[in-house]
Amino acid sequence: MSDLTLKEAALKPDLLASGHRLCAGCGETIIARMILKAARGPTIATSATGCLEVSTSIYPYTAWMVPWIHSAFENAAATASGIEAAWRAMRRKQKGPLSRYETLDIIAFAGDGGTYDIGLQALSGALERGHDFTYVLLDNEAYMNTGIQRSGGTPFAAETTTSPSGKAVPGKKEWKKPIDEIVIAHEIPYAASINPAYPMDVLRKSRKALEADGPAFLHALVPCSRGWRFPPEKTIEVSRLAVQTCIFPLYECRFLEGRPHYELSSPSLAIAKKPESKKPVEEYLRIQGRFNHLFRPEMRVDLISSIQEWVDNRWEMLKEKSGV
Amino acid sequence: MTEDKPGWREMPEGAISYKCTLDYETGDWGVEYPEIDYERCSKCMLCHFYCPEGAVRVRSDGYTEIDRRYCKGCGICVEECPVKCMKMVRKV
Repeated sequence: MSDLTLKEAALKPDLLASGHRLCAGCGETIIARMILKAARGPTIATSATGCLEVSTSIYPYTAWMVPWIHSAFENAAATASGIEAAWRAMRRKQKGPLSRYETLDIIAFAGDGGTYDIGLQALSGALERGHDFTYVLLDNEAYMNTGIQRSGGTPFAAETTTSPSGKAVPGKKEWKKPIDEIVIAHEIPYAASINPAYPMDVLRKSRKALEADGPAFLHALVPCSRGWRFPPEKTIEVSRLAVQTCIFPLYECRFLEGRPHYELSSPSLAIAKKPESKKPVEEYLRIQGRFNHLFRPEMRVDLISSIQEWVDNRWEMLKEKSGV
Repeated sequence: MTEDKPGWREMPEGAISYKCTLDYETGDWGVEYPEIDYERCSKCMLCHFYCPEGAVRVRSDGYTEIDRRYCKGCGICVEECPVKCMKMVRKV
């Protein structure tokens, strides 16, 4: 693997231009910029419908400095498959505009709506056919673009406009869908979780994902200051807390010799080795307004402890799988 | 921002975007922008990576600078600076 240092990455020009119209303090562009910095050379990007798509391509402007295509909500993975198949065909016939590229980084960006709910079958199909592309899930845990509706990625007890909190219902009643396990079950060569608070980790994993021979999946947590109800300058703090409380642990999974090999990444590995440094999930919940109803007017200890239990359980499962 | 846009006759084929967002300066969104104290800056470049706009550029000497044409004033860089050498200043 060719390493990319922080300095090299910093001096590389941005492939997502300034002047796009995402909210101040949005986590999506932080991740998208870092992933595009890790690109090796010729790159084609595609997006599912979502915040990133609508606000980078308001006619007549475009923020993409690489070829970029959007076709519909549900088919980011199918579009990426098509790009890859076209490139392979042009290589085989030695004609066409893509035939001269030895490597081509195909990156599909999709939100949690476009992955958990709407785009799941396109993603599953593309992973099964084994196209060589990188799928980036920008998980902001609700349909933020259309006004904060709940999705399969919304965590338990979070308030959204379609799962409001009240006397009878404490926000969303279901748990977050374990998308990573669903994807890893497709036996793809590389899957990892990334977080904007750890740039070096993001660059390393994105480079690995792009270099993987076959489909790669990156699950990025992107805090949304509008939807999660926190001040925009706290974006990185919230994402860091997600790792420190183990609600969103950082790991990578490679598929070798017919078996998935899990490996915790350094920020999470440090917590696994020093369990007393693991923060209670309450700290992560308290900073976000979408969980306000767990603390006011009265502390909902039952709900908070059930979230803590869920986090602990999943964290133990992950530690077991990665053999720590 | 109001501007003259072409009618449907002059539109490029497929209505493909023909302008870069670099022409669309979002710097007037915020009320504050960050200022760097270069005496204390440690050249860690974290502000460059954490900026959602790409408005923090790395100069060839390793220091960063804020591009006020695009900064939306979210304040992530100030919050995350490890040596606390940045502060938000009100626009005048």
